[in-house]
Amino acid sequence: MAGVAISPPRPSAVVAPPRERISSWPAADRAFYALCWVSGIGLCLIALWIVVFMLVKGISFLKPSLLWTSPNAGSIHQTQNGGFLDPIEGTFLVTAIGTLIAAPLGVGVATWLTEYARPSWFARIVDSAIEMLAGVPSIVLALFGLLIFSQGFLGFLSQGAASGSLGQSFVAAGVVMALIALPLVVASTREGLTQLPPRMREASFALGKTKATTSRYVLLPAIKPSIAGGIVLGMGRIIGDTAIVTILLGGAAQLTEPVGHTPVLGLLRGTGSTLTSYVYYNSPAGEGNAHEKAYAAAFVLLIMVLGLNALVTRLTAGNDGEGRRRRLVRIPYFSKRG
Amino acid sequence: MDPLMPPPIRRISLGSEPTVAPAREIPQTNGNVATAIATRATRPPAVNVRERMQIESVWLAYGENWVVRDVSLPVRQGEVLALIGASGSGKTTLLRSLNRLTEITDGAARAGRITLDGGDIHGVEVNDLRRRVSMVFQQPNPFPMSIYDNVAYSLAEQRPERGKRRRRRSAALSAAVEDALRRAGLWEEVSDDLDRSALRLSGGQQQRLCIARALAANPEVLLLDEPCSALDPISTATIEELIVGLRESVAVVIVTHNLQQAFRVADHVAFMHLGELIEYGASEQVFDHPREQRTKDYISGAFG
Amino acid sequence: MLGALGAIVLALIGAMVVTVLIKAWPSFRYNGLGWFGPGAEVDTELRAMREAAPLSGHGILYFTAWPLIWGTLITTVAAVVLALIISTFAAIFLTEFAPPAVRRTLDPVIRLLAGVPSVIYGLIGILAIAPWINQHLLSNSRKQSVIFVVQLNGANLTTGTLILTVMILPIMVAITANALSSVPASWSEGSVALGVNRWRTIRRVSLRTVWPAVAAGTVLATARALGEAVMLAMVSGSSPFAANPLDGLTFLFEPVRPLAATIFQESEGLTIGPLSHTIYAMGAVLLVSAAMLSLVGWTVKQSLGKYGIRP
Repeated sequence: MAGVAISPPRPSAVVAPPRERISSWPAADRAFYALCWVSGIGLCLIALWIVVFMLVKGISFLKPSLLWTSPNAGSIHQTQNGGFLDPIEGTFLVTAIGTLIAAPLGVGVATWLTEYARPSWFARIVDSAIEMLAGVPSIVLALFGLLIFSQGFLGFLSQGAASGSLGQSFVAAGVVMALIALPLVVASTREGLTQLPPRMREASFALGKTKATTSRYVLLPAIKPSIAGGIVLGMGRIIGDTAIVTILLGGAAQLTEPVGHTPVLGLLRGTGSTLTSYVYYNSPAGEGNAHEKAYAAAFVLLIMVLGLNALVTRLTAGNDGEGRRRRLVRIPYFSKRG
Repeated sequence: MDPLMPPPIRRISLGSEPTVAPAREIPQTNGNVATAIATRATRPPAVNVRERMQIESVWLAYGENWVVRDVSLPVRQGEVLALIGASGSGKTTLLRSLNRLTEITDGAARAGRITLDGGDIHGVEVNDLRRRVSMVFQQPNPFPMSIYDNVAYSLAEQRPERGKRRRRRSAALSAAVEDALRRAGLWEEVSDDLDRSALRLSGGQQQRLCIARALAANPEVLLLDEPCSALDPISTATIEELIVGLRESVAVVIVTHNLQQAFRVADHVAFMHLGELIEYGASEQVFDHPREQRTKDYISGAFG
Repeated sequence: MLGALGAIVLALIGAMVVTVLIKAWPSFRYNGLGWFGPGAEVDTELRAMREAAPLSGHGILYFTAWPLIWGTLITTVAAVVLALIISTFAAIFLTEFAPPAVRRTLDPVIRLLAGVPSVIYGLIGILAIAPWINQHLLSNSRKQSVIFVVQLNGANLTTGTLILTVMILPIMVAITANALSSVPASWSEGSVALGVNRWRTIRRVSLRTVWPAVAAGTVLATARALGEAVMLAMVSGSSPFAANPLDGLTFLFEPVRPLAATIFQESEGLTIGPLSHTIYAMGAVLLVSAAMLSLVGWTVKQSLGKYGIRP
């Protein structure tokens, strides 16, 4: 009754609601429930196993000296075969070239697609083309790269052979790598741009600025995390790719002699290997049978890629508007309240 | 007219000041609405009233806050119970506790007892309970299926039929679907093509479809959470008439922040404020002669 | 000016398609539709090209790719079907049934699985999984029974398909889980309020709503599976054999070599004339398949389910 203070019930009388009792479900539903659990936990176990396996093998076979010794094909004994400095340098080279091409190109195309997109039929074609590019296997892109770079007019960019240029060089590999990183950069940048509120653009236009200036000084700086995330994703893809490397860099483990006399260009026109092709060639599938080296190099490669992945998560971790870190998958309705 | 009558109800009479008591007043219709609006004057009195649920000293909390405090109410078949109150008064939470929908949220706690036909609802298997106590929500939420599949949803053990191609529908199921649609007052409008997507119906039709869907399993209690707040006046009128017609066969509990609506449809009214049950009684009594000061204030629009 | 960048990208992609097709044309022109058919052993044909000693009765460009195509088909279809089933259950687990702690860990788990390079999957496959299968699942008698036709070892169809499934799982789980959590809460709540348990609610309401997203994810995963060259080259078999389902259980252990893997294996031969035409022909087939998959994906995105809602 009004006026009388009501005291809360005794704690022993308070009951927290039970979760829905699965045991009351029909048998078929319970079976599916179990399947869901098995799939989810199974996924975790697989990932765990991969990590632990590579960790164990990597630590047992990785010696720091491997990281700064060049491979030499002289002896067949594992201990005298040298390390993988050259492959590491190769990885850096290829990634650098690929990223340096893909980043500005990708950001530019994404900006054009989001902010301009005129004429619209052309924009749709470009959009579809980039989506198709994302689906083309990297090995086909490598074949294309080989074709282009072994033609006469671009032949100077790669090593020569008796029958004309081979089409293999760091430049060639780098350019084709840019093609596989491009869709990732474009997608990230577009997503960042479309999530910007229209009032940013309106404010800038109201001050009399052109679209180009707006994009360059207002919009793109605002989505730096997205752009960075996209670039790092592209780098991750480049680092992990083997097909392009094998086709466009050949099988030489060491960096070859620079071609020609120009200092940097000479290096770029040469070939070599990267961590990925090194792992492949040292595995039982390649020529070498040095699986210890393969494990060690694979371990280094995995650390690099996972590190980049973690970097992407850190970069794109804005909050999702509710003060929580953005996740890969949004937490659904039922568990959000309370 | 009693100056204490709430302004919304006073405004129903257009033009001159009426001199008759509101119980016998016939409110003006809106524009050219042809359907009869269920009014206090034309609504038949409640018959065959029997108790269905008992809410006994119920406390409900989300996290640290007690949202419902020591509420006790009866729910009877044959009459409509309206829960009124300002936002945050706990009326929706109380409604949702009647079919244990509060359990979905983590961190919800309760004390007290709720019984359905004498049995504690927490002793019953929750899905069985929800078939006996059905709920219709504020926003119409028909599933992305055909009208037939929507209504048959809780009944159908078979797979939902996709498209117009499947004709294997058992006669019993179709009869149940037709019955539910008739009770919801939607049968005439949709009987020509039950395979249409439910999402193509208008807002009012969708809400009636949700009511039909809730009625399909022949529940004993029907819970309505502000069912008309998203609808236009004509649909609202249709649904209110429907609700009054349904009370014979199901116990109806409706939460509404619209005092006019409570006035029109309810037989008993419970006014809640900040989680406590301030006043409970027959609707004539609560609206005409509220006992508590806070009830008077709310009804006269001092706060809302 | 920025539009010029778009034009550059378009030109590059167009050039790619055109040049690959041109280089591939001689092989197709010589073989006609027989290119896709069965014939002599693929290895024999390739060797013939390498040694410039054509097989009797055929020109040097003679090539019949059926074993490769069949290998591609089985591994891709099997991996996609497996991944579809497992990823659906895993996504439902992630969005509905997982305790919060497990849900938080599944996020980095999926990212991890998606990020591992294919050569590492191949390494693990060839050094750990294949030997295990060889030892524990492949009996000597089975090996003897087919020894005159083909050599059975751990590098076979099953190993390749299993690892391929793991590689494409993360994409599908992420897409499906995101779609499931975008299903309007009002539907889930409405269904639960009608007394339908959570699993049935998901099956009858949520899954119906998200099938366009799942289909799009499947198309992406298929493209990935189709183009996987390195891992399959390492793990799916030593020879391009057309695995025969009529062999019963042995079928699972026969080697295959899908198209992309073959290109990868033969990449040293890209300087030899006829061999290079053949390899580019394989590349052309992959390119056209990828383009068609893109088209299918676009169509799927355009079509709304009859009762579905775009989240």
